[in-house]
Amino acid sequence: MPQEISVRIDGELCRASEGQTILDVARANKKFIPTLCFLEGLTPSGSCRLCLVEVAGVGRLLPACTTPIQNGMSVNTNSEKLLRHRQTVMEFLLLERNHYCSICVCNNHCELQAMAQRLGVTHVRFPYNYPKLPVDVSHERYILDHNRCILCTRCVRVCAEVEGANVWEISGRGINSRLVAELNQPWGDSKACTKCGKCVQVCPTGALAEKGLGVEEMAKSNENIKWLAAKRGVHA
Amino acid sequence: MKKAKVATLWLDGCSGCHMSILDIDEAIAAVAQKADIVFGPLVDAQVFPEDVDVTLVEGAVSSQHDYEQIKQVRENTRLLVALGDCAVTSNVPAMRNPFQVKKLLERIYVQGVDTKPGIPTEGVPTLMKRAVPVHEVVKVDLFVPGCPPPAAAIGFVLGELLEGRMPDLSSKVKFG
Ligand code: SF4
Ligand code: SF4
Ligand code: SF4
Ligand code: FES
Repeated sequence: MPQEISVRIDGELCRASEGQTILDVARANKKFIPTLCFLEGLTPSGSCRLCLVEVAGVGRLLPACTTPIQNGMSVNTNSEKLLRHRQTVMEFLLLERNHYCSICVCNNHCELQAMAQRLGVTHVRFPYNYPKLPVDVSHERYILDHNRCILCTRCVRVCAEVEGANVWEISGRGINSRLVAELNQPWGDSKACTKCGKCVQVCPTGALAEKGLGVEEMAKSNENIKWLAAKRGVHA
Repeated sequence: MKKAKVATLWLDGCSGCHMSILDIDEAIAAVAQKADIVFGPLVDAQVFPEDVDVTLVEGAVSSQHDYEQIKQVRENTRLLVALGDCAVTSNVPAMRNPFQVKKLLERIYVQGVDTKPGIPTEGVPTLMKRAVPVHEVVKVDLFVPGCPPPAAAIGFVLGELLEGRMPDLSSKVKFG
C-alpha cells in the first residue's frame, strides 16, 4: 500500500498517496490545471509546459504532470502569474508552426484550439515563425502534417507503450525538432506500423489525421487509451 | 446625442468578416441609432475621414497598399479592432509566407500558363514579403478572432464599444 500523505492545494488540505503526481492529486480534488502533452494512460513527458504550478518554497514553477507530490507540499494551481505564463506558453505553441484553424481537418475538435480559447488567448503578441514544413501523405490510411505538430510526443508514447510498435521518434533539437517515423523514413514505408491508428486518435491537434477528410471532419476519441494502457500494464 | 463614427476596412481577407457584420441582423438597427458608418466596403465614401471612433479591420496586411492604408487609418481612429483570423493571426493569406514572393508569382502567372504568361504589374499593389497580422504593423486595441467571427460576437463588440465599454472577450471567442 502506498503511504498516505497530506498536502495543500490552493490552500485546501487534501489527502494523497505517495507516488502520485501533483496533477493526479489536483484532478482528484477537482482543480483545473491546463494540460496538452499529458494523456491519462501514457507516461507523462512534461514536454508542453502548460501545466506549470507554484510550489511553496520552490523558486521556480514546476510541471504538475511530472512532479511527484510530497508530504506537506503546498501547491498553487491558479494565479495571475500562472495564467500569464500559461498564455505565453500557448502563444509560443501557436507561433512556432503554421496553424490555420479555419481550414484544418481538426477545426472545432482540436485540443490546442480549445485550450487557447479556455486560457483567453485572443491573439499572439509575438511574430509568427511561418516555417516551410512538409506533409507526409505516404501512409495508406493516415497523414502527418508537420505544420500542426506541437511535439507533444503523445503519438510517440502511445505507439511505444500501448501498441508496442515504436514507430515514432523526435529527431533534431529545439526549433529543428521533427517527428520522424523509423529513422526518418516516409511513414508509409514503416514496416513496424500496424496501421492501428492510435497515434492519430491521441494527437491533440490536426497533425495526425485520417486520409481523405475535409475541414472540420477529423473528430478524435482517446477515452479507451487509459483502459488499453492498463491492460498492457503501462504504469502498473 | 452625437452619433459615433464607425468605419470598416477590407485588407487581405475574403470579405467573410464583412458578411458576418451584415449578419448581425436586427442588431444593426440599434447600431444605426448610435453610429454612422462613415467608411468601408458597405458605404460609398472614397476618403477615410478624420477622427473616427471605431474601425473594424478585416484581413491581413499583405501588400504595400494595405500597409499604407492601415497606417493612415490608425492615425485617424480612436479604437482599432482586428476583426477575424486574417487580421488577428494572418491566417490563410499567410499560407504564402514560407515561399519567396517572386517564385510564388512566377508559379502562378508564368509556369504552365498558355495565354499571355507574365506577372501583372499594372494597377496591382506590390506584395509585401509576408502577409502579417494587423498588430505587427500598428497598435490594435481589441482582438476578435474567428473565421469569420460569429455575428453575435460582432454585435456584442459593437454594442459594448458604442456604450463606451471595452468588451471582455476572453474565452468567448476562438480561432477558426
Ligand atoms: S491543429 Fe488545432 S490549432 Fe492548429 S490549425 Fe488545426 S484546429 Fe487550429
Ligand atoms: S498507426 Fe499504430 S502502429 Fe502505426 S504509427 Fe500509429 S500508433 Fe504506431
Ligand atoms: S503528431 Fe500530434 S501527437 Fe505527435 S507530437 Fe505532433 S502534435 Fe503530438
Ligand atoms: S501537461 Fe505537463 S508539461 Fe504538458
